[in-house]
Amino acid sequence: MKEFSLLELTRRLGQLVVSLFALLVVTFVIGRVLPTDPVGAIVGELADPAAFEAMRQKLGLDLPIYQQFWIYLTSLLQGDLGTAILTGNPVTKDLAQAFPATLELATLAVIISTVIGVPLGMVAAFYRDTWIDQVARVISLVGHSIPVFWFGVVGLVIFYAGLAWVGGPGRVDTYLDGLIEPQTGLLLVDSLLVGDTETFWNAVHHIILPACILAYSAMAYITRMTRSFTLEQLNQDYVTAARAKGASSGRIVVGHLLPNIAVQLVTVLAISYGTLLEGAVVTEIVFSWPGIGQYMTNALMIGDMNAILAGTLIIGAIFMALNFISDLAYLVLDPRTREVTQ
Amino acid sequence: MSAQIPSSEPVTRPRSAILSALAPIWEKLSREPVGLCGFFVLFVLLVLALFAPLIAPYDPAVQNLQAAFLPPSLSHLAGTDEFGRDIFSRLVYGARITISTIMSVTLIVGPIGLIVGVVSGFVGGRTDAILMRFTDIVLSFPSLILALAFAAALGAGLGTAVIAISLTSWPAIARLARAEALIVRNTDYVAAARLYGASPMRLLFLYIAPMCIPSVVVRLTLNMAGIILTAASLGFLGLGAQPPAPEWGAMISSGRKFMLDHWWVAVMPGLAILITSLAFNLVGDTLRDLLDPRHARS
Repeated sequence: MKEFSLLELTRRLGQLVVSLFALLVVTFVIGRVLPTDPVGAIVGELADPAAFEAMRQKLGLDLPIYQQFWIYLTSLLQGDLGTAILTGNPVTKDLAQAFPATLELATLAVIISTVIGVPLGMVAAFYRDTWIDQVARVISLVGHSIPVFWFGVVGLVIFYAGLAWVGGPGRVDTYLDGLIEPQTGLLLVDSLLVGDTETFWNAVHHIILPACILAYSAMAYITRMTRSFTLEQLNQDYVTAARAKGASSGRIVVGHLLPNIAVQLVTVLAISYGTLLEGAVVTEIVFSWPGIGQYMTNALMIGDMNAILAGTLIIGAIFMALNFISDLAYLVLDPRTREVTQ
Repeated sequence: MSAQIPSSEPVTRPRSAILSALAPIWEKLSREPVGLCGFFVLFVLLVLALFAPLIAPYDPAVQNLQAAFLPPSLSHLAGTDEFGRDIFSRLVYGARITISTIMSVTLIVGPIGLIVGVVSGFVGGRTDAILMRFTDIVLSFPSLILALAFAAALGAGLGTAVIAISLTSWPAIARLARAEALIVRNTDYVAAARLYGASPMRLLFLYIAPMCIPSVVVRLTLNMAGIILTAASLGFLGLGAQPPAPEWGAMISSGRKFMLDHWWVAVMPGLAILITSLAFNLVGDTLRDLLDPRHARS
């Protein structure tokens, strides 16, 4: 029954399209309907009425709302998100420049949080209700409760200003800035591609602290979920059977447990990744990280709605795409759904 | 209190079900020291917010440039900031902002989520499909980013922040209330009420919705921890309560500049956020363990 899978896939794709459309409507409403005076924000309060009216027509604000939405939609599909006031560039160009920095930060954070969070959650489940479990619980509770931007500030003061273990704000030290021609935009990858180890290590020094701080809040969630997934599995007969035939704990984890919680874990990781992209926005400000978050905040300061909405749209779309991927993971990875299809 | 309501009494109506469920909770709660800690912190926070003018040793807005950047001491428990304002007093007054933000969001989000969820679960069919599809869509929005864009469009301020946070936090409640309603609508007492001729509205609001309230309350409590963090993030970005209002997130934002020489200016408000959020998480966790047997830690 291959059709089942395809049908399911089209259904999910349809949902994704509907969600994306809803996101467009929301950003449209936020950008064009809610602001009381979008024209005044651009031409200034004191502009003469003629200039005001000219800008109003230029922005298409004299048109009926559905026509405005249609124009918004079609220009968006042509890759035109408007011009940023701050840089004077098309917003798409700015975002393309800023996005890799955010991506690099969030990706490293998701790797760190997975590498630490998954084993920690498993250990907590194995040693349930012992001090190890309690420690894991406290770690994850604090991670759930800590304001990430504050943690960033404290981290900078301790590890950069105090101990000088890590690099300060920015992606690299100023004297290395802009030396590497961006290819992927990911500085760690680019510097390795051209074999510039000095820049690479400098970049590592700079990214490690924001990545760890970002990772901590995601790790809290990953640990907690891994623990409960593992607990669910530990009560199953197959684990008892594996124990009875003399399998070691390591073998049970790698051979039996992990495959069974893999699908759920992928879902959790996808969600965490989305949350991390979002968390990166506030973290970037603390670390002067030239990503989307910083770009959006700078735009906020001068009320540049084009830039803010484009950023919202990009992060929202990625967020939804990640949700979609985690849904797909169920279909592709879970053998139980596969059995139905045969 | 527990003596008046014997828990062994057969449950007949939803109202008494809630009451009799509360009795053993007090008993169990006394065996949860960590959870009690959370309750205690929230109680202190509430007292601070209510009696701020009596508790705060200084006026939170009065500047005294001679006393700028004094480190924490007995006369200034949390030190002073760049304008010589007493940080502890500002934190105490800031508790008012925090509490009112949380309460406003909860009062908006709770009823909306409950009604959407209960109607969805009770009515079922196409209504359910449409409502849940809509809920899923809102659930897939990145909340902080959307709140940010929203606050940017409407202008910064506490009210905007509250609306922005509420917009994206009702779906989780709706989902939960729907799941509860699906279970409750098939119970015998609902069937009995139906046989007696109770109208659908009566069933919905008197028989089904009350049974969903305990788990909704738990979820709301856990949400509050997140609300604090989002509100503080918006404040940090300059989109929440405006200066000179002593909003905790905004205090970190302005204290950040002096962090290297005067650590307390930014550290203290952050600690306040951390402790409050932690307390809400603890209370939520404890309530969940106590109210919901499915999540119970043995």
